Order: sequence, then structure tokens, then C-alpha cells
Amino acid sequence: MAITAFTAATSAVDAPKRRSKVALFLLLPGLLYLALFFLVPLVSLVITSLQVPDPAVFGRYTTAFNIQMYGEVIAEYGTQILRSFFYALLATIFALLFSYPLAYFIGVKVRRWPILQGLMIVLVIAPFFISFLLRTLAWKSILSDDGVVVSALKGLSLLGSQDHFTGTPAAVVFGLTYNFIPFMCLPLYTTLERLDVRYLEAASDLYSRPFHTFRTVTLPLSLPGIVSGTLLTFIPAAGDYVNASSQFLGGSSSTMIGNVIQSNFLVQLNYPAAAALSIILMAIILVIVAVYVKRSGTDDLV
Amino acid sequence: MAGASASVSSFADAGADLQLVGITKRFPGFTAIEDLDLTIPAGSFFALLGPSGCGKTTTLRLVAGLEEPTSGQILIGGKDVTATKPYQRPVNTVFQSYALFPQMSVLENVAFGLRRRHIPDPVGKAHEALRLVELDHLAARRPTQLSGGQQQRVALARAVVNRPALLLLDEPLGALDLKLRRQMQLELKNIQTEVGLTFVHVTHDQEEAMTMADTVAVMNKGRIEQMGAPEELYELPRTAFVASFLGQSNLFTGEVVETTATSIAVDVAGNRIVVPTARAARHSGTVTIGVRPEKVILHPGEPVLDAGQNLVGPGRVIDVSFSGVSTQYIVEVPFLGPVIVFAQNMVFGPVVNFGAEVWLSWSVDHGFGLADDPSDAPRFAADTDTVAIALQRREALAVELED
Repeated sequence: MAITAFTAATSAVDAPKRRSKVALFLLLPGLLYLALFFLVPLVSLVITSLQVPDPAVFGRYTTAFNIQMYGEVIAEYGTQILRSFFYALLATIFALLFSYPLAYFIGVKVRRWPILQGLMIVLVIAPFFISFLLRTLAWKSILSDDGVVVSALKGLSLLGSQDHFTGTPAAVVFGLTYNFIPFMCLPLYTTLERLDVRYLEAASDLYSRPFHTFRTVTLPLSLPGIVSGTLLTFIPAAGDYVNASSQFLGGSSSTMIGNVIQSNFLVQLNYPAAAALSIILMAIILVIVAVYVKRSGTDDLV
Repeated sequence: MAGASASVSSFADAGADLQLVGITKRFPGFTAIEDLDLTIPAGSFFALLGPSGCGKTTTLRLVAGLEEPTSGQILIGGKDVTATKPYQRPVNTVFQSYALFPQMSVLENVAFGLRRRHIPDPVGKAHEALRLVELDHLAARRPTQLSGGQQQRVALARAVVNRPALLLLDEPLGALDLKLRRQMQLELKNIQTEVGLTFVHVTHDQEEAMTMADTVAVMNKGRIEQMGAPEELYELPRTAFVASFLGQSNLFTGEVVETTATSIAVDVAGNRIVVPTARAARHSGTVTIGVRPEKVILHPGEPVLDAGQNLVGPGRVIDVSFSGVSTQYIVEVPFLGPVIVFAQNMVFGPVVNFGAEVWLSWSVDHGFGLADDPSDAPRFAADTDTVAIALQRREALAVELED
């Protein structure tokens, strides 16, 4: 896990200072790739976000320095931006609560039976073999108004006859949680799989009850997995536009920032607004991640 | 449970005695401990000595509560703790792997047990324990920043600071160099006498066991072969295993040919060797007798001896190795096999040279007779066939799934 690597780099040893032409040469393909597929699109996105509409042709924009666009989109879509991060946060918490026991079971309890362990980890990854659009559509039909779940709940009077599940914020958070569970589970599994149970024995020998051992030993030792798992879930979930789309599990009251960007780009052809929103989303995620990694990287967090 | 929690919530006033009654521990495919009975009196320094795989670490883990016995009972201070969890037992362990928590400072590691038991002033007491192992200046460091020896001392401090009724030491000095090891041996011994705790020390180092412990139990294949004071074990080993694991021995097997009130005479391939009756466990039939190499004296010519001496020879010196304090000779005596002799270095160079013809003698009083039947069958039948393993695996799995 690349992310694990940089959270743990609190006392990294200084790399050798010697420059080598071979190293630069070996880095060249990677640097070219980054320049071509990251730097160029990023600059072009920034330029697009500052463009003004061409008064003559609809959907055509001319280069300008229209910085006000950022203020406009924040004013117009502030709710969706906040909602996106709130949903992503909820989905991350639920995915963590669901994945941690699962990963602990596979990584620690089943350790003695490697074949069973491998089988269980395959089961966690198995959903990836089917397109996640298909899986989300499947959930839509399962949770639809005339589907089994909703009609059963209505039969039990737990839902009113006019209530829906699809299209509600709960459905969107459910979809996000479901889709990102493997991303949470795998990094957790890799750290828990290496957890040395002798630490747990030592804690138990030092009068620590199981819950306290979990809080003071297991949890801190699995922190790298928690950090990478939450990042791998939170970042894509915040920008997700599939689950919240009204064609899938979302509705008009649960629109996320990804849907707004998509509609601005593809429906309203308002490229500057969409570009500005993309950059805002990127900037906010960057700040959140930086603060999070910095905090969880410090020794005194737990 | 109230009693058990009361005993872990305060410092032990003194060590408690430990009793193992009929302990058996089986793992899938092998038996680690077979019907072990052991009583360790309160306040003693007890060493469990044996080769790797003899079940000594398993015994320790059973006492700590980290393993459950297949059958039998464990009593600490007269209280049955067989069914209690490790955190409920008034026992602390110094682990072979140290198992220091990597995410905590050295100080927090040492204070961990004190905090769990809500003992007042955990930080002050932790500093005190670190001063005892001379590591207080490193209290703020992480365990991974310490050397192996320092980590071991922290592990020791972390266990000792709790003043448990019973302190278990699992090869705690293995990673130390000789000088530090001696220092820690003295330190451990001091702590033990000062606080009066019961120490159970597991080791494969016979010298360490003999120098530190009041009582040594030699363990082999899941059983205690012999138990007693170090001098007693060394001077009067009861089994061939003890005789050769604890120091070196020359062992001879032969028929008893003559019995008097005070001694027996054994015919070993034509050599008549006499052993005092009091020092021999078996007095008739085929017996194994022995003598320690440092008790044997080399003679360059056939000596004239007083009564009360055994004489064998002549033999040929087939190996001479100089080891500073003494020189070890291996003498091949016809029909008797190689005999090891340690001779003090009183003069420069070896007294006799390679290939020399020599006679060997030792005082009758230094001989000993073993309790082993020389034709003993192996201890337990191997239960390593696939059916047995499969059955035990399935039982283990069933237990696991029930949890």
C-alpha cells in the first residue's frame, strides 16, 4: 500500500544525495506519463474553469480570467458539495465498521488454515469480477418499490404504503458503503494479517481484558490499514456520481457533487462551471487528506 | 472470580507456590507434556531446563494461561486457576520474543500492567523499575530504537514492576552477550531475593540454570527427568539424559557381579568398576554407571593405587583439546569406548600427548549409578500418523468454531 508507506514515514532515513543519470533515465517514462496524463489535463481544466461564454455560439467558450466562476458555483452548489462529503463520511464509517471485524476474522482468526483464508479473501474480492454498474443496478431492482425488501417491510408496516427506499439519501449511502467495502477490507486485511498475536498475549499477561487489549494494542497496530482503507473509500466516494444518480439509487434530494459536475459537462454544456467544481472538489479532498494523514501519522493520535 | 481479581489488583506480598497436577497437553500430531506433576514452593528460584522441544515453554504458557491443558490442574497459591484467563492470574511473563508494544514508549510499556490494575503512581514505579535495569535514560524511546539486550531488560522491567506472585521467564537472557548476561543473572537473583517472589525460569542453558536456581528440574520429552538442587543433580544424576545434558559424563553399562554392604561391583567388558551402593539407583542385573570427566585422573604409567580407586586401562589418547582452564582428553580404552577426561592446567602444555598410552583412575566415591533401565523403550508411541493428526485437527476446529 503506497498510502501506508507515507503515513509511516515519520522518521524516514534521508535518501542518498548522489544524483545518477541512470535513475533519471529510468524515471523518464513515468515522468512523461505524469506530464501527459495528469499535468496537461489539470492545466487545461484550470484554463477551462476561467473561460467566459462566447456570446455568439451556445456551448462555446473563450479564454479569459473569470475567477468569479468559483464563487458562483460554490453559492449555487454548496449544498451538494457538503452533502457529498457528508455521504462519503457516512459510507466510510459504515464500511469501516463492517470491514474491520471481517478483516480481523480473515487475517487473524483464520490464520491457521491458509486455504480457508485464501478462499475468504477471494470472496471479498469476487464482486470485482462483475461491473459495479451492474451490481448497483441489481441493488436498485432488489430495493425497488415492488421488490422483495420494500414489499416485505411494507407488509410488516415498517414502511408506509407511499414510502420508497430508492431515491432516498439512505439508499445512496447504502450503495456507496456496499461498493467501497472491498477497498476498505483489503488494506485492513493486509495489516491485520501481519499483526503479531504475541503482543495480544503480552497484553493479556499484563492484566488487560480483551476489549482494552483491542483498544490499546490491536487498534493502534492496525492504524496504517485503517488510514489507507478510509482514504481509498472516502476519496472516490466523495466524487462518486453513479450511486447518487437518479438512474441508480439516488434521487433529486440526494444529488452529489459528481452528478452536478456530470450534468454541467454533458447536459448543460457549462464547461467552466463543471471545471471549477472539479477543481474545488480536488482541492477540498487534498486538504482533508493532508490533514488526516498528518494527524494519523503523528505518534500521539491514539 | 472476586478472589482472583482481588489478587491481581494489588502487589503480591510474597511469592506464591505453584502446583501442577497431572498436566497433559496435546497438540495436533504430538504430545507436548505427559502427565506432569510439579510443585514449586513459594519464594524459590526454579529453573526448568531442557533441550528445545522438551515441553518447557509449553509448561510456562500453561501456567501463564496462554494455553489450556488437555487435562490436569494448575494451582497458584493453593487456588485453582486452570479455568481462568491470563489477565486474571497473578502471573507475569518475560517473553522470549520480548513482545514489547512497538507503538508505545518504553515507559508506557513498563507502566502498562500497573495502569491496568489501577496501581497508584504508575509512572513513578515504572521509572523505578527502569532504573533497576539501568535504562531509565531511554524511557522516552520506542522499543524498536533499542538494541536486543536493552529490549530484553525492558521486558524484564515490564514484568517485575508488577510484583507478581509468580514471575515466568522464558529464556530471558538468550540475546545478551556474556558480560551483560552475568550482570543480569546477578540482577535477577537480587530482585528475587529482595522481593521474595517465586521465579520460574525456562532455559536450555545448563550453566545459567545451575548458577541461578535453587531448584533445577531437567525436562525431556514432556516429562521431568530429575529435580533437585543443582549440586545434587550434577553429582548424582539419575538418568542417562540428565547425566549427559547437565555437563558431560562417561557412562558404562555392565552386569553387577558383586554386592557388599557399601558398594556394588560392575563388570564392564572385563573391567571391574566399583560404585557405592548409596550412589547407585539399581543394585542388580544390567546397570549403567558413570563418572564425571573432571573426576578422572590420567596416569602415564600403570599406577599403584590404594583401595577405594577404580582403575581402567591402558588406553590411547585420541584427542587433546586445550580450553584455557582445563584440557580435555579423549582416551580410547579397548572394549570400554572413548572416555572423556578433564585435567586442570597446572603446567604448561598438555601433560600427555596425542597417541600416548595412559591409565585412568577415579575414586570409587565419585561414581554414580543410573536409575535407567538400559533397555528402556522410547517414551511415548508416536501419534504422528495421518489419522491421529486429522482427528486432532478436527477437534481443534470444532472447539475454535464454538468460541
